[in-house]
Amino acid sequence: MSVLLIAEHNNKELKPFTLNVINAATQIDEDVHVLLMGHSADAVAKSISEVSGVKKVIHVDNPTYENYLAENYVPVILNLAQNYNHIVSAANTFGKNLMPRVAAKLDTSQVSDIIKVISEDTFLRPIYAGNAFATVKSNDPKKCITVRPTSFDPAPSSGGSAEIVKGDTAEAFSLTKFIKKEEIKSDRPELGTARVVISGGRGMQSGDNFKLITAIADKLNAAIGASRAAVDAGYITNDHQVGQTGKVVVPDLYIAVGISGAIQHLAGMKESKVIVAINKDGEAPIFSVADYGLEADLFEALPQFLEELNKLNTIQK
Amino acid sequence: MKILVAVKRVIDYNVQIRVKEDNSGVVTDNVKMSTNPPDDNAIEEAVKIKEAGKAKEIVAITIGDDKAQETVRKALAVGADRGIHVKADGIVEPLAVSKILKAVVEKEKPDLVFMGKQAIDDDCNQTGQMLAALLDWPQATFASKIEVSEKSLTVTREIDEGLETIEVNIPAIVTCDLRLNEPRYASLPNIMKAKKKPLDQMTASDLGIDTKPRIEQIKVEEPPKRKAGIKVSNVADLVNKLKNEAKVI
Repeated sequence: MSVLLIAEHNNKELKPFTLNVINAATQIDEDVHVLLMGHSADAVAKSISEVSGVKKVIHVDNPTYENYLAENYVPVILNLAQNYNHIVSAANTFGKNLMPRVAAKLDTSQVSDIIKVISEDTFLRPIYAGNAFATVKSNDPKKCITVRPTSFDPAPSSGGSAEIVKGDTAEAFSLTKFIKKEEIKSDRPELGTARVVISGGRGMQSGDNFKLITAIADKLNAAIGASRAAVDAGYITNDHQVGQTGKVVVPDLYIAVGISGAIQHLAGMKESKVIVAINKDGEAPIFSVADYGLEADLFEALPQFLEELNKLNTIQK
Repeated sequence: MKILVAVKRVIDYNVQIRVKEDNSGVVTDNVKMSTNPPDDNAIEEAVKIKEAGKAKEIVAITIGDDKAQETVRKALAVGADRGIHVKADGIVEPLAVSKILKAVVEKEKPDLVFMGKQAIDDDCNQTGQMLAALLDWPQATFASKIEVSEKSLTVTREIDEGLETIEVNIPAIVTCDLRLNEPRYASLPNIMKAKKKPLDQMTASDLGIDTKPRIEQIKVEEPPKRKAGIKVSNVADLVNKLKNEAKVI
């Protein structure tokens, strides 16, 4: 039997993490079908059909699905569920909100946030903020799984030629209403997929001081992250938060500035390939995960950092 | 209005986690335990709603071994009126937890059920959504702001792209984000008073719920260790190493 994967999109574009989840799904079973629920999202359906590894796109088009509500998605998924052994989506706020509602309806114990597919029923997943890795085997006949996107490479967005079929709508859920989404637009790379991330913590002391970070991010074409302390203090908005309850990032280069390195922050960044820590407290836990630690006052170090970058002839983008 | 708040006892968020040598789990003996942090936000929000005159009763519930009661007592000390302890040993998966909560909801008939968005031990992030599914109620997950009206809630949700606002009819399930509020500390007199508040005990089997895990935990291991890094003496040295040694800029 096949895998049913729930696509995340905004009716215009597929969210990039869906590609990572498609890759994970193909490791579970070769027959991957993608469910796209939206309104006037034909272009998205076409782009999914071209993703390498996708065998079928089920496109459910209705104004009801223009804005994503788990309550409206779930009945459609349940109508399709009998044809599938596995139902998967991303372990981000989209999939985390959706999948347990599916799993409970199917009387399945969900496997959340997998970072490796060991076999079609056995998976590796982090627990305790990534301080332990559990190998778990699902014994339910149907498996509901969310996938940590950053633990899998994205599937190639071309090379596939899946058929697109129309899927059926289901009854809308009238007790929940979408009101609005305040999406923060940015020209920078997305935090989840950026090659370089520079993050600020409580040590930044104010939102205004984040301009020191912004200047370096501009130079390195980096995404800007933050610790929970910085978000809680109001220095920066929540969509920048890296950590156990924020985003998990695995860039080639992660620069932590004025971040002490609480367990919950480390959970979101310690798999990064190269980690730099800049902190004036030499005992800060962040140094225990840093490849390069600089014990310095960030208000002196960041302008110097920019100056040194300006001296370089070339910078990788 | 009546609010049921679910709280879980977990290893304190500041404790360095150690994996057991036989790979059967993590060490919990003689380890400091606390209420799961966002569950504190859930209790706090319920208390605030009651203080604003919009709720009459707050019932705190936990599921777990005898010591799990401590989390309910703590909830009683910050303003819950009454407690429920459903005894269960070992791992109780979110699916079983949500079935227990459903059985309690059917008895207690609350208007709202609050809980943290995720427990920091198994990091599952499932229970609220599962309970909403089993009850066919609306779900407002990852809430960072809640406005209470007579028949509905307007909830601001923390999502990857920023913030989303939804309106859910009552009864509803809300899972709480850490930014929802600042949980208060219990005062000593309130801790003493909490000891006299009623706390009902029952078992999962009293409620007719099988808590046998569906997921087999094959082994628990330490994550791969990062190789030890170095300290650099100045910014020029740092940039040089990033350029020529790590080759990342």
